[in-house]
Amino acid sequence: MALKIVKGSIDRMFDKNLQDLVRGIRNHKEDEAKYISTCIDEIKQELKQDNIAVKANAVCKLTYLQMLGYDVSWAAFNIVEVMSSSKFTYKRIGYLAASQCFHESTDVIMLTTNQIRKDLSSPNQYDTGVALTGLSCFVTPDLARDLANDIMTLMSHTKPYIRKKAVLIMYKVFLKYPESLRPAFPRLKEKLEDPDPGVQSAAVNVICELARRNPKNYLSLAPLFFKLMTSSTNNWVLIKIIKLFGALTPLEPRLGKKLIEPLTNLIHSTSAMSLLYECVNTVIAVLISLSSGMPNHSASIQLCVQKLRILIEDSDQNLKYLGLLAMSKILKTHPKSVQSHKDLILQCLDDKDESIRLRALDLLYGMVSKKNLMEIVKKLMLHVDKAEGTTYRDELLTKIIDICSQSNYQYITNFEWYISILVELTRLEGTRHGHLIASQMLDVAIRVKAIRVFAVAQMATLLDNAHLLTGNMQRNGICEVLYAAAWICGEFSEHLENPMQTLEAMLRPKVATLPGHIQAVYVQNAAKLFATVLKSQEGNTDSTAAQETSQLMIDRLPLFVQSANLEVQERASCILQLVKYIQKLQQKDVEVAEEVTALFAGELNPVAPKAQKKVPVPEGLDLDAWINEPPSESESEDEQPKAIFAKEEPKHSRPRHTEVDEKELARRREARKQEQANNPFYIKASPSSQKVYQEAPGVEHIPVVQIDLSVPLKVPGLPMSDQYVKLEEERRQKARADKKKKEKKKRKEKHSGRGKKHDSGPESEEDIAPAHQVDIVTEEMPENALPSDDDDKDPNDPHKALDIDLDNLVETAGRRPLADSEKLPVRSHRAAEALKSPAEDGETENAASQEPKKKSSKEKREKKKDKDRERKKSKEEKKKKKKHKHEEKEEDLLGGQADESVVQSDETSMVAEPPTSTSAEEAVTVAAAAEAAPEPEAPSGAAPDSEPDEPKDTEMEETKSSKHKKKKQKKEKEEKEKKKKKKHHHHHHHSDGGGEESVQNGTVEEEEPLPPMSNYCLLAENSYIKMVYDIQGNLQDGSQVVVSVIFENKCDSFLKSMEFNVLDSLNSKLQRPEGSGPHDGLTVPFQLPPGVSNEARFVFTVQSIVMSQKLKGTLTFIVKNEDSSTHEKLDFKLHFTCTSYLITTPCYSDAFAKLLESGDLKGSSVRLEGVNMPFHHLLARICFHHHFSVVERIDSCASMYSRSIQGHHVCLLVKTSGQTVCIDAKCDEPTLLGNVLDEIKQTFSQC
Amino acid sequence: MIKAILIFNNHGKPRLSKFYEHYTEDTEQQIIRETFHLVSKRDENVCNFLEGGMLIGGSDYKLIYRHYATLYFVFCVDSSESELGILDLIQVFVETLDKCFENVCELDLIFHVDKVHNILAEMVMGGMVLETNMNEIITQVDAQNKMEKAEAGIAGAPARAVSAVKNMNLPEMPRNINIGDISIKVPNLPSFK
Repeated sequence: MALKIVKGSIDRMFDKNLQDLVRGIRNHKEDEAKYISTCIDEIKQELKQDNIAVKANAVCKLTYLQMLGYDVSWAAFNIVEVMSSSKFTYKRIGYLAASQCFHESTDVIMLTTNQIRKDLSSPNQYDTGVALTGLSCFVTPDLARDLANDIMTLMSHTKPYIRKKAVLIMYKVFLKYPESLRPAFPRLKEKLEDPDPGVQSAAVNVICELARRNPKNYLSLAPLFFKLMTSSTNNWVLIKIIKLFGALTPLEPRLGKKLIEPLTNLIHSTSAMSLLYECVNTVIAVLISLSSGMPNHSASIQLCVQKLRILIEDSDQNLKYLGLLAMSKILKTHPKSVQSHKDLILQCLDDKDESIRLRALDLLYGMVSKKNLMEIVKKLMLHVDKAEGTTYRDELLTKIIDICSQSNYQYITNFEWYISILVELTRLEGTRHGHLIASQMLDVAIRVKAIRVFAVAQMATLLDNAHLLTGNMQRNGICEVLYAAAWICGEFSEHLENPMQTLEAMLRPKVATLPGHIQAVYVQNAAKLFATVLKSQEGNTDSTAAQETSQLMIDRLPLFVQSANLEVQERASCILQLVKYIQKLQQKDVEVAEEVTALFAGELNPVAPKAQKKVPVPEGLDLDAWINEPPSESESEDEQPKAIFAKEEPKHSRPRHTEVDEKELARRREARKQEQANNPFYIKASPSSQKVYQEAPGVEHIPVVQIDLSVPLKVPGLPMSDQYVKLEEERRQKARADKKKKEKKKRKEKHSGRGKKHDSGPESEEDIAPAHQVDIVTEEMPENALPSDDDDKDPNDPHKALDIDLDNLVETAGRRPLADSEKLPVRSHRAAEALKSPAEDGETENAASQEPKKKSSKEKREKKKDKDRERKKSKEEKKKKKKHKHEEKEEDLLGGQADESVVQSDETSMVAEPPTSTSAEEAVTVAAAAEAAPEPEAPSGAAPDSEPDEPKDTEMEETKSSKHKKKKQKKEKEEKEKKKKKKHHHHHHHSDGGGEESVQNGTVEEEEPLPPMSNYCLLAENSYIKMVYDIQGNLQDGSQVVVSVIFENKCDSFLKSMEFNVLDSLNSKLQRPEGSGPHDGLTVPFQLPPGVSNEARFVFTVQSIVMSQKLKGTLTFIVKNEDSSTHEKLDFKLHFTCTSYLITTPCYSDAFAKLLESGDLKGSSVRLEGVNMPFHHLLARICFHHHFSVVERIDSCASMYSRSIQGHHVCLLVKTSGQTVCIDAKCDEPTLLGNVLDEIKQTFSQC
Repeated sequence: MIKAILIFNNHGKPRLSKFYEHYTEDTEQQIIRETFHLVSKRDENVCNFLEGGMLIGGSDYKLIYRHYATLYFVFCVDSSESELGILDLIQVFVETLDKCFENVCELDLIFHVDKVHNILAEMVMGGMVLETNMNEIITQVDAQNKMEKAEAGIAGAPARAVSAVKNMNLPEMPRNINIGDISIKVPNLPSFK
């Protein structure tokens, strides 16, 4: 035997192993691809052999080839084979290969489920470990669902090595199978206090990841983390926790206040820079959340800034980078503290490291003030000159423009300076931001009226020297600036010193080489200029000059008429014809200037870029509605075959489509926006501005500083902004001197349009008066513009699904216990399922069809709950806490046994529930598989939206579902809430008058929370079994009611062969399967292991529903022990109350009023004395136990409605004063009404 | 979360790639190339953080790398990880490799990429940091290697002999690249033990 092995391995050792492969590849550098393809052929041969060692070797080589970029998915099955080898060596190779190349759409993954499960439960911890590691890389939703329970078991493994891996992988499981989060959470929380630091760290890691995405759900863990933070010495754990706190503080400012002190201590004490940095970061987050500016926190800010300064000054580039990064966070809320470190940050601009320079630039943005803007920009301009590489230079350019234009040019005191900066920037070669500069020029020229004279002069110079800018013809190149220059010169031509010269510059033949859209603007604005020139020339007596101008136009324009660009061509030919006509008139000595100018009259106002988007949609206009129906169905037919492949494709194809669409849309939107912003002709002139240019108001009375313009104008392209800096300095000095002399007079000037923004700058800024009294025209917005658009969240984010409320789970298990559907699937149940009757099959179909709906309603609930909680939280925190404590105590008493079993067995989870007054308390355990049971949508408390589900429930004969009564109970409660909300909503719509006084649901919510309630009442009980039941009517079939019975095994033995039988009465009969006799019992479709409970449903036919009645019945079953089995029976009485024939039906108040007015109903009333509970509790009880819905509630008075399964209307008017409750009732069936009222009375006498 | 761990040499040749999210092989190669392009053009004395490339991550992601002799170790992480912490993790990783391979050099990584993967698996699992304590990592790796040896038993002996013979003939095996001497120091960073 041994010899054989040796022989086999000798054969093998001449196979190529991984090292040989690598060596081979290195030796075949020239024909690597060819060599590898022969290797792959060899590998394929090896994979065909039976010897697992050979296969493993082949797979190992494939893993290497995968890294080199070769697709090895064809070997997926072989990888699975190697994974399932019993030898650890091969298993590890297999799992490694799988982790490298398996993904969700690898189809063989589904073959691995059982193998992985086997490995997870292997006695060898490394088998388990390697399986966990592999699984963490390729877990799919299916695997997550099937293995969640096994992994949860491993979280309590004896070996910490396994525990920490199991804890960590749970995060991946949650991502793929969000339903597992709630059931797994308690144990995860437990692991936060695991004795092993590795496990603890893993748990912290997982919870931090979870909390980062949905922080509000983890607020309740804050105290625990706080404890960990103060006790842990593991820096990794500390960093994670501190980061987590950073995410939590924005939600809970009180937490922030508590954190400041320990964090400050850590900052002072720690020597680890990483920890220090994270502490500073979190303190910053805290301070931002507390931005109300409490005085005692200024010390913390100072500490942070000071520590960051140390980081920035450090020689280590990493610390410098991080320091700047954190500094920019402080900047947002505490700009002043950062501004004092301007020197340092400017210094960082000289750093050789681009990452650091970029971070420093970010900081500069927030640090400018009126005072230092010029200085900072000057420095940046120097950098622009020095910068190597266009990327960084372009970054600088955009930053300069960002800095200057931020908050509506808040910091610019001298616009002439800014224009010169922009002009200087045009000298940048190879920039891609010509467009940006152009739009700035346009924006400033249009919005700052006072600057137009100067701007026009500068632009004229630019046009004159256009040849300097046309070197770069590419799209968005610097030639874009000419677009702005031409437009400004044309539009504001009245300010031109020498319009004739500019006109000539615009009509040079070289212009024809510019991009089309710029030429078009040239042509159009040449026409404007022409009008201005004419006007000035006609004023003179010499008419030849005017004619010469026309001739110039006629000579030059044909060049443009021949343009390939349609826009240019069209404009040029229009204008050419116009000029020819003008020339004719001129030759007849007709004065035309006036009329020509009138062509371009009117002021163009700036329009906000988003203005179009913000126009509200008029009422009644549905933009999504078809104007014409789409022509044919052909498209949808095309789509149908696609659905067949939906299983494979949706992940890839669908999102991509939408993405493309969105991108495309965004692109178009962007393009449109730019077009709008750029195209002056898009802007509609406001009706009031029919002024002629010369009269532009406000220009005359603006005190313009004397500047010797000749210098910058005559020498274009020379830096001139510096002069403004000097000038500005002088001006400021002068102003200061002036101010001292006559303070009072100066004050007037300071009140410029931007005066109100002064507050954000440092005090000294007040001294700086702008050079011009600048009127920055705000951009126009449509009337009643819509509020700004919200940012959409990515709907595909997997973390969205993990937004699961865990608080209740954490605080008390009773408030929202785990429901069935949240139970992790367990293997053993498949066996139990097999026992189920054929009726089940039909049901699963239903289940499938219901599932999506269920999910969505669940989500809704979840969301609503969260919202509610947030709202309530602050108010009720204290109250809640007290309550929870109380509940917890009770729970411990009652559910102690249950808790134990959670620890003992992983296959059953038990949740204890606080006792209720009406039903006996049970700790119900659920063991049946959740997937098979469709959740009936709480028929008794059905809200309107669950109605369609109801018929399905009752249609099922002998429905059985492993259902948790608490789940239902909770659901009912919630649905009731929802319902109330709805009602309140309707109320608003339907009753306009008197609606104001009615108390709305909101108030109800703020009152103390409802006690838990249950409709299940005890049916019978002995030492083996306990049965509780609930009866619900079926609206669809007026003669049917469904009795849901929960059977609970109370003993240590196995209960089986349960048979449920009832002695039929004339009025009520148990529905039995066809073929069985009238006295045969029904087999309960499940068995009960010890401590387990399950629910079965039985359908009864009833004739008359006006009277309540009781039916006698018997349950027989076999108790099976290890050694013996006995036959037992239990008698019971089923009580059909009249209430159980009622179905919660919503009713609008107007319909309700009509019903009462109709006079078909007969009245009756009842008084309840000594009812000592809040009114909303009272209503809730009636709703819950007697299936009513609230129509309207006004103060301590409410109208309620319900309907019987046979269509009787039951209306109640409930009034309360003190401890007396008066119920007036109306119904078309007096007997029914009497009985219902009696039952209501009984309900309240019990409590 | 760690999105990817890449090791490549000064010429951009991948020595290990571990993606914790699925990409096609082509995209993976593209990411490696892009990352190499970004990282390799940076000077020695600049910071070790880079805003993520176009292919991997996006704005929330950072590239954190270290350069040891001929190899770049690059981690692509999101904002939930501490930058300095990851730098330290890289250090732990390299030190662990150094211990496991006894003066690690690029050739070790070239020929034993599977072992490197096994070591990495003890540190990072599914994109989350599993263990940062070097001794613990080495203990677990050694224990697993021991198991492997035990399994090979007599059958493994000849194979080992053959590979030893194979290696003997080859001139490339000498440890020409020495990264065992890890001289880059993280200032003031205590190792996470």
